[in-house]
Amino acid sequence: MEINKKILMPSKETRQERFGRTLSFISISAIVVLVALILYFIISKGISTFTDNHVNLWDFISRQDWSPSTIGKDGKPEVGALPMIVTSFSVTFLSALLATPFAIAAGIYMTVIGPKKSRGFLQTVIELLVGIPSVVYGFIGLTIIVPIVRTLFGGTGFGILSATLVLFVMVLPTITSLTVDSLNAVPKHLSEASLALGATRWQTIYKVILRSATPGILTAIIFGMARAFGEALAVQMVIGNAILMPKNLITPSSTLTSQLTTGIGNTVMGTLGNNALWSLALVLLLMSLFFNILVKLIGKRGKF
Amino acid sequence: MNPKVVNKIATGVIYGLVILVVAILAALIGYILVTGVPHISWHFLTSPAQSFLAGGGIRDQLFNSIYLLVLTLIISFPIALGAGIYLAEYAPKNWFTEIIKTTIEVLSSLPSVVVGLFCYLLFVVQMRMGFSILSGAIALTFFNLPLLTRNIETSLESVSSLQREAGLSLGLSQWKTITGIILPAAVPGIITGIILSAGRVFGEAAALIYTAGQSAPFVDYTNWNIFSDTSFLNPLRPAETLAVHIWKVNSEGITPDANAISSGSSAVLIIVILLFNIFAHWIGNRLYKKMTSSK
Amino acid sequence: MIKIKKLAIMTSAVLFAGTVLTACGVSSASNDKITAVGSTALQPLVEEAANDYQKEHKNLSITVQGGGSGTGLSQLQSRAVTIGNSDVFAENQKGIKSKDIVDHQVAVVGITPVVNKGVGVKNISMKNLQKIFEGKITNWKQVGGKNLPIEVINRVKGSGTRNTFEANVMDGHSTIKAQEQDSNGTVRRIIATTPGAISYLSFSFVDKTIQSLSIDNVKPTDKNVETNAWKIWSYEHMYTAKKVSDNTKKFLAYMNSAEVQKGLVKKLGYISISDMKVKKDANNKVIN
Repeated sequence: MEINKKILMPSKETRQERFGRTLSFISISAIVVLVALILYFIISKGISTFTDNHVNLWDFISRQDWSPSTIGKDGKPEVGALPMIVTSFSVTFLSALLATPFAIAAGIYMTVIGPKKSRGFLQTVIELLVGIPSVVYGFIGLTIIVPIVRTLFGGTGFGILSATLVLFVMVLPTITSLTVDSLNAVPKHLSEASLALGATRWQTIYKVILRSATPGILTAIIFGMARAFGEALAVQMVIGNAILMPKNLITPSSTLTSQLTTGIGNTVMGTLGNNALWSLALVLLLMSLFFNILVKLIGKRGKF
Repeated sequence: MNPKVVNKIATGVIYGLVILVVAILAALIGYILVTGVPHISWHFLTSPAQSFLAGGGIRDQLFNSIYLLVLTLIISFPIALGAGIYLAEYAPKNWFTEIIKTTIEVLSSLPSVVVGLFCYLLFVVQMRMGFSILSGAIALTFFNLPLLTRNIETSLESVSSLQREAGLSLGLSQWKTITGIILPAAVPGIITGIILSAGRVFGEAAALIYTAGQSAPFVDYTNWNIFSDTSFLNPLRPAETLAVHIWKVNSEGITPDANAISSGSSAVLIIVILLFNIFAHWIGNRLYKKMTSSK
Repeated sequence: MIKIKKLAIMTSAVLFAGTVLTACGVSSASNDKITAVGSTALQPLVEEAANDYQKEHKNLSITVQGGGSGTGLSQLQSRAVTIGNSDVFAENQKGIKSKDIVDHQVAVVGITPVVNKGVGVKNISMKNLQKIFEGKITNWKQVGGKNLPIEVINRVKGSGTRNTFEANVMDGHSTIKAQEQDSNGTVRRIIATTPGAISYLSFSFVDKTIQSLSIDNVKPTDKNVETNAWKIWSYEHMYTAKKVSDNTKKFLAYMNSAEVQKGLVKKLGYISISDMKVKKDANNKVIN
């Protein structure tokens, strides 16, 4: 009887397992619910520009005049977001492009090449950088980078170039630390096998470690770009924040995020002016989704 | 080309890039410290802020930043830990898991002001939490979760699968293997994640303006009653953090010494993060040693 | 680790319970709580006044926050806050039913054009100022300054400063597309560091790093604003619902009392309502 019960009842391990599984599942569900809530919020607010205010979607993404509270010459409100979409795209792409080689080099140094002491030092410095408020980045950009760009390349110094340089420093910590994580996650025996086969250190790094860490590094880049996308205060100060189509890298323009942040406090909820700003947030969301999928596709092709 | 030559060139390039990175970062931190440290004094750290007179301090803001960090970690760490474990150990490799991962990544690209307003409408207004540290902590949880979850997930994955197999072959449940073997081994990586998210908490301003607020009303540091309005521990009082203070002083502040306060506060912020960093690593090391009994 | 987690869960549970309890406490005693949200420019004044007021009225809790004039008014409209601070007349804010709310003007703010110190101009005519912001004058030598291109820094659309400037200077003409910045502090920094830059600021933000301009030889001073000799000025508003609690009424009366108007208002660089010799309405018409 006793033994029968023992066999038929779930064991202590099984109960533990159920408990743990449930606990971790609750956590992930909590996150999913939170994400779903905020996504629903943004999507419902973002599409009301098109459903309630009857703005033409095509006008929104193809026109260049942005001033939702005024009526344009053709009798429709001016809600052309193209200049901001283009600028956000370029700034994010350029800063990630610039930061990635540096981040990978720093990551390799910290996990493979460098002496242990200097790894800790670099790690600490990177952790410090994350905590500097973006306002401070903005002011340093305004007092140092903008004048330098002005003297080197002419113009006013405000523009995509300055913004890229500021964002480069801001996304570097994120990309580097996540890259380090994924390099660390490469099993040691892979590189040991490679070295034992007579490969040089670089061959091992390039053909074994980087290859097997590629998905992780791509995620790191995505997080870095996400940071660049979402950054407002710092970018706004150095990019000029003028809603103009960028002609080159040193003319003032404006990103989606900086428009959103400056405008949101001055508009009233439910009006077109406010809804249009939420549409910008929606565009931002879709763009980062697009980037995300793009990077993952590239990653799949690069895998061996 | 000879592989050895390539090896040398590549190593050289890596060293070059690393030196450049170090130079940029050192210059940046040096700049903030050099311009800020001269303004730090005992008076600066222990007196309340002034809105139009010179000589204001950052006592309340400094405390608020730290308190907000603690609250945020209390809320976000357990969730991120559970979610990280799920994604690393339990999640089936299918399209649904992929969608979850992608949405979490997309979440981290939302501008702070959007998250701030969302939390304002939902928690501050709807759920009647008011402008409070708690609302601020919830808003910051949104920023923390993606990065922290991702970090815990990679740290768990980077623990060798041999350990997992060893645990399972001893007849332990998978859950016991995770909490007893894998998690302790992943502590150093998780600590790094906590430090990074702490940095984000210290540095965030835009989301807090709508949630934790941008005023620092009078608080009493001797009042330990958590429900009293003037208690420094009350999570329902509005609280301006150091980063918000820096933003406020720079944007609409009319104190004559706004520049000094701003650069002094930035330097204090860096020093606090450094201290937190050292502290977290110390705790992490002790925990790691204790739990893996690798004394 | 399990212990730590349990501890964390328990702490959050306790905190959550505490929150619910206090939240209930707060909502039941809401009569003693005033929340003022809105204009960042007005925030320091209201906050300081509230601090002083609370010293004498211990059982009253006043929370003052920023968030922008639009936020203040729309939150008042949905009655999420007691007072909506605004730099602009509610009549001029789209989407606000101004008839349902009451205006309390608490201070006057003067706005002056400012330029980078290197442009070599200290006085300008109203006509030329307008042309600069229209983009018709593009070099400082056209208005008697150095040979330097003009860099216009505008304020954010919908902000109080921009509304006031456009109403008094632009005379119905639209401004050129240019940089837009939202805070006085940032504008001051950009003007100080960018050659040929021009923008406009509240009086209290003018300091020695930048140059303020006289218009038609009238200097931007408080005295000139009081007589309307200096045209570019506006009110700071605190809007409330039509029906308010006694405590709110008393606090608003305190804002307009001599103690605040002669003290804090001046100290914070505003012009006192009681010193004004003229009045303006929402259409920027001067009424006596």
